[in-house]
Amino acid sequence: MNQNEKLNPHVFNDDVEQVPIRLGFGEGLLEAADLNENIVGLSADLTESTKMHLFANKYPKRFIEIGVAEQNLASVASGMAALGKIPFITSYSMFSPGRNWEQIRTTICYNDVPVKIAGSHAGVSVGPDGGTHQAIEDLALTRVLPNMVVLSPCDAIEAKKATMAAAKTKEPTYIRLAREKSPVITTEETPFEIGKAMTLYDNTEGGDLDLAFVATGALVHKALKVAEAFNKEGKKVAVINLATIKPLDEKAILEIAERSGAIVTVEEHQIAGGMGSSVAEFLAQNRPTPQEFVGVRDRFGQSGTPDELIEYYGMGENSIKEAGESVMKRK
Amino acid sequence: MHMQRLTDEKIRLLQEKANDIRQSIITMLAAAGSGHTAGPLGMTDIFSYLYFHALKHDPKDPYMDSRDRIILSNGHICPVLYATMAHAGYFEVEELKTLRKFGSRLQGHPHREFLPFLETSSGPLGSGLSQAVGMALAERIDHGRTSSKFFYCLTGDGELNEGQNWEAIMLAGKEKIHNLITIVDRNNIQIDGFTEDVMPLDSLVKKFDSFNWHVIDIDGHNFEMIDGAIGKGKAVFDRPTVIIANTIPGKGVKDFERKPEWHGKPPKGDEVINALKELQEEKESRNCA
Repeated sequence: MNQNEKLNPHVFNDDVEQVPIRLGFGEGLLEAADLNENIVGLSADLTESTKMHLFANKYPKRFIEIGVAEQNLASVASGMAALGKIPFITSYSMFSPGRNWEQIRTTICYNDVPVKIAGSHAGVSVGPDGGTHQAIEDLALTRVLPNMVVLSPCDAIEAKKATMAAAKTKEPTYIRLAREKSPVITTEETPFEIGKAMTLYDNTEGGDLDLAFVATGALVHKALKVAEAFNKEGKKVAVINLATIKPLDEKAILEIAERSGAIVTVEEHQIAGGMGSSVAEFLAQNRPTPQEFVGVRDRFGQSGTPDELIEYYGMGENSIKEAGESVMKRK
Repeated sequence: MHMQRLTDEKIRLLQEKANDIRQSIITMLAAAGSGHTAGPLGMTDIFSYLYFHALKHDPKDPYMDSRDRIILSNGHICPVLYATMAHAGYFEVEELKTLRKFGSRLQGHPHREFLPFLETSSGPLGSGLSQAVGMALAERIDHGRTSSKFFYCLTGDGELNEGQNWEAIMLAGKEKIHNLITIVDRNNIQIDGFTEDVMPLDSLVKKFDSFNWHVIDIDGHNFEMIDGAIGKGKAVFDRPTVIIANTIPGKGVKDFERKPEWHGKPPKGDEVINALKELQEEKESRNCA
């Protein structure tokens, strides 16, 4: 582990602390709101499950309950931003930015106003609710929009920092959150900066690598465990946490591609249009590099436990390990 | 019902401005070679009233914080917005000829990045009212119910097919937003034909009323009625106000009036010459009267 980043020393323990990523959002919003009275919150009838209730309970006058109306949610926020507010809007990713994509495009991004879109329950790990509620297209939907910043924190602590950082910027921003408890990888002392990738793991301390993982969201922990397995096999390996998917940290991606010559991207999202696509778009133009994609392969989700679904859709540790073996053969 | 009576002199001024705006609309659409004719001509009297009488605004200080806000939801009628703003002094009338051209500030549908003193960008229908509600809610957080700003949202009638409008109408009713005045351009046409054939809207009065709005139904070409409705809307303190402005699409040019086919095409050739002639004659006849 890269201890320069002051990471959780217990990250490989079986009993590593687990916290829902969305809770970090709720705490970050509350803290950001304490610091800036222009922050307002809007919810589409999912206030508690998106963790916005922490803010709503403390600042009822700055909270607007929109009801089950995600299109209105996005555009009301746009109007509030036009009058100087920094609105945070919450729903499940499937409905915001899923249901209200055009409103986000036209009234938020085209107008270039600082609305912050927190999409909870992203990925198949939503579990039993089934495929209707499993957003695995949201990164594609948001990263294609001009002016939009796209954040995808790897744990609750990073989600809190991402939320507080987003509260200070002028850009429309999407923050992708997962429902389930996820292992805590970072600590309060770990630095966070929008647009900056972070090396979580590197057993060469900056030297040549056999392969590198670029991971985002809750699957970062699995990528770390797989890297540790490769380490035990004597492989030189690194893991990059890509918490900002847009703008892409091109310098970090170029550097890791040059050092490794073999990249595996890992995300709980459709392979088409996701984080891996973003990395591939950049590398294809600047340093063509063999790349394997861990993600959902053009299918919808279904009911099951989070672990069952992660395995079934090819995003478990075995799949990540296989992707690592494959990419090294293509060097 | 009149809260504030317009003088005869004021009405003449508003008619004069409306005529100038209509002539500019014809000229700019002809130069653009594409764009919408019926809606802009039908809403000209209301725009004339707003910009030359009702609005608190200053074309020389377009970002003045205390200004009233105009949120144009049906962005396709922007020729009337651009022409009115030009005649009000926001920019030169000459610039209207750049409508829809590459590099123009006057985009085919309004884009605030190109013309920053617009309150919003619009075109995709149904989202303006939500934004107006958001603006009014933000204003209330900062200034409570004593705010002296008014938020005017202009929507089409066909546009009310969009479900998002009804999400916003519910919210405005729930929040009792008193300083929101929505003006529906009730011209009865949309792209595929007459509104009551495409997707019936009647009774808009009953619909808005049942969502707890204050509803006023007027002739959208009668300045005294427009004035009375706006005055009443400003005075109502416990609800948002909607003015159903019955207008004639293509108003001012007989050949264009009430014809759905003029919704989305510009005049050309003799149509331009005849329209401008008709409008000029109307202006001169009024001056003689």
